[in-house]
Amino acid sequence: MNKTILIGMSTLALTIGACAKRTPPPADVTPPPVTETNPNSTDPNSLEVVELPALQADLVAKAGSDTVYFGTDEYSLDQATQTTLAAQARWMMANPNVRASIEGHCDERGTREYNQALGERRANAVRDYLLSQGVPASRLVTTSWGKERPVATGSNEEAWAQNRRAVTVIIR
Amino acid sequence: MRLILTALLATLASTASAQDEPLPELVGGSVRTSTAIAVPVMPGDVIGRQVAEVIASDLRSTGMFTPLGPSGLPSYSVEEAGNPAYPSWRNAGVAALVSGYIEPRPDGRITLACYLHDVTAGRELVHQGFAVTGSDWRRAAHKCADLVYSRLSGQQPYLDTRVVYVAETGPKNNRQKRVAIMDSDGSNHRYLTIGRNTVVTPRFSPRGDRLVYVSYIGRKPRVLLYDVASGQERLLIPGDHITFAPRFSPDGRDVVYSMAENGNTDIYVVSASGGSPRRLTATPGADTSPSYSPDGRRIVFESDRSGNQQLYMMDADGSGQRRISFGGGRYASPSWSPTGNLIAFTKIAGPFRIGVMSPSGGGEKILTDGWQDEGPSWAPNGQFVMFHRTPQGAGAARLYAVPIEGGSARLMPTPVGGSDPSWSPLNN
Repeated sequence: MNKTILIGMSTLALTIGACAKRTPPPADVTPPPVTETNPNSTDPNSLEVVELPALQADLVAKAGSDTVYFGTDEYSLDQATQTTLAAQARWMMANPNVRASIEGHCDERGTREYNQALGERRANAVRDYLLSQGVPASRLVTTSWGKERPVATGSNEEAWAQNRRAVTVIIR
Repeated sequence: MRLILTALLATLASTASAQDEPLPELVGGSVRTSTAIAVPVMPGDVIGRQVAEVIASDLRSTGMFTPLGPSGLPSYSVEEAGNPAYPSWRNAGVAALVSGYIEPRPDGRITLACYLHDVTAGRELVHQGFAVTGSDWRRAAHKCADLVYSRLSGQQPYLDTRVVYVAETGPKNNRQKRVAIMDSDGSNHRYLTIGRNTVVTPRFSPRGDRLVYVSYIGRKPRVLLYDVASGQERLLIPGDHITFAPRFSPDGRDVVYSMAENGNTDIYVVSASGGSPRRLTATPGADTSPSYSPDGRRIVFESDRSGNQQLYMMDADGSGQRRISFGGGRYASPSWSPTGNLIAFTKIAGPFRIGVMSPSGGGEKILTDGWQDEGPSWAPNGQFVMFHRTPQGAGAARLYAVPIEGGSARLMPTPVGGSDPSWSPLNN
């Protein structure tokens, strides 16, 4: 069940590199006193996941998009969404050595914890569809970012529509 | 001014019984009676001015007082602290006086002696001494302010507390979020996480020595247990599940939280020392934001099992689940007050507003009027609720505290943007 890759120090360095590339730290942040992580058996670092940017780009090129969108407070998949997901499933079948993290997101008009639940519903709906297209369950994990990672920063319908989404993130 | 304090004292006796009666309806924007109270420099030590400044600032933050000083007020001697010249303070136009002194102790610590006087009546109302290490003088000042607040309001103290929250920096589409802790007046601010992982919803243990919070590790939200003194932390719920919305039980032994699986979110409870979780809800829908009653017997939570977010009550073992919110709009993120008589919540009716209602669902009262006010957390005396306010557009969220009996929301002094506040219990 637990397909999470346990990684050593060298891989951890790669993880940080990948994260840094994707989300550079804001310039106005000064390094705070560090009091994080301990090396005991419940070390959170053992759960890190590695993204694969080149394969991510290939998915977008071949499947048309790595992202599908949802209505307000909804998690149903319309026809256009299903077409995109079918193409994603074909790409997954053609690249049998990778896994995908299906990541649900919400707009800012829900409360934080409800949105964490709603994002999981969206991710799960996408996962179910990919499974129906033949992608093995062992290659899919789901998560929810709630409203933590908006792509559009406005507080208007256009921005909210862009943020109500599920992204298929290719991971090792 | 004299009348004000007299009236205030006269109403003290009725304050306790008034709590059981229906609360007044509208609050946001109304202004409380404000008592003029002098806080001159305390004699005995060079920190006497800073001590008075902290006390004055604390008293101002309650919304009940208009502190004067320490600047511009006359000085007095150690001997006069308990026996002030009432006529001259009367002439200064104040109704009350906070006096005191600081003296070294044989054990190397210091004592802050704190006196509260009714200037109008010309008598002392209360005094107490607080012994602290020299570097902890702010704690003694907060204790003195709490003594004054308590004596004049009839409420339990709450000023000597801390706040843990999520410090937010960077643009909205690339926010860095770190757990931060500070005294409730903004001093002694420090970051507890480095910001590599997104974090949300830190919450104090009932004794204030531990936190639970959610960190995105391996791209999933997971519940971490954090020891404040040592900085040690560990995953509370092993495995690969999406877990969030953690809160301690009132005895600190358990943590209640949500787990999402296959499109369904339910509430579970696990021992804070580890072990197997127990499932409390099993209804299809998103069951989340659980919060215990102060006696630990019941849990209030939100669920969309009826079609949209509403508040529900259940016994701590999951039995007897029933809906309690029936007003218009959606209700979210409930938080049970430490005094047990109220539940704070986020009401979603277009904008998000903070409100309170009784545990039976009656007596709803809306406290705030922001665009998005969310995530209430109670002061330990049950008289104030802290929350975060998000502006429209790309601006930063900030923390505010609002009195439940009426008055405007006060901006909390955080050095950067902030969300998800948790108010600590009263410091020891």
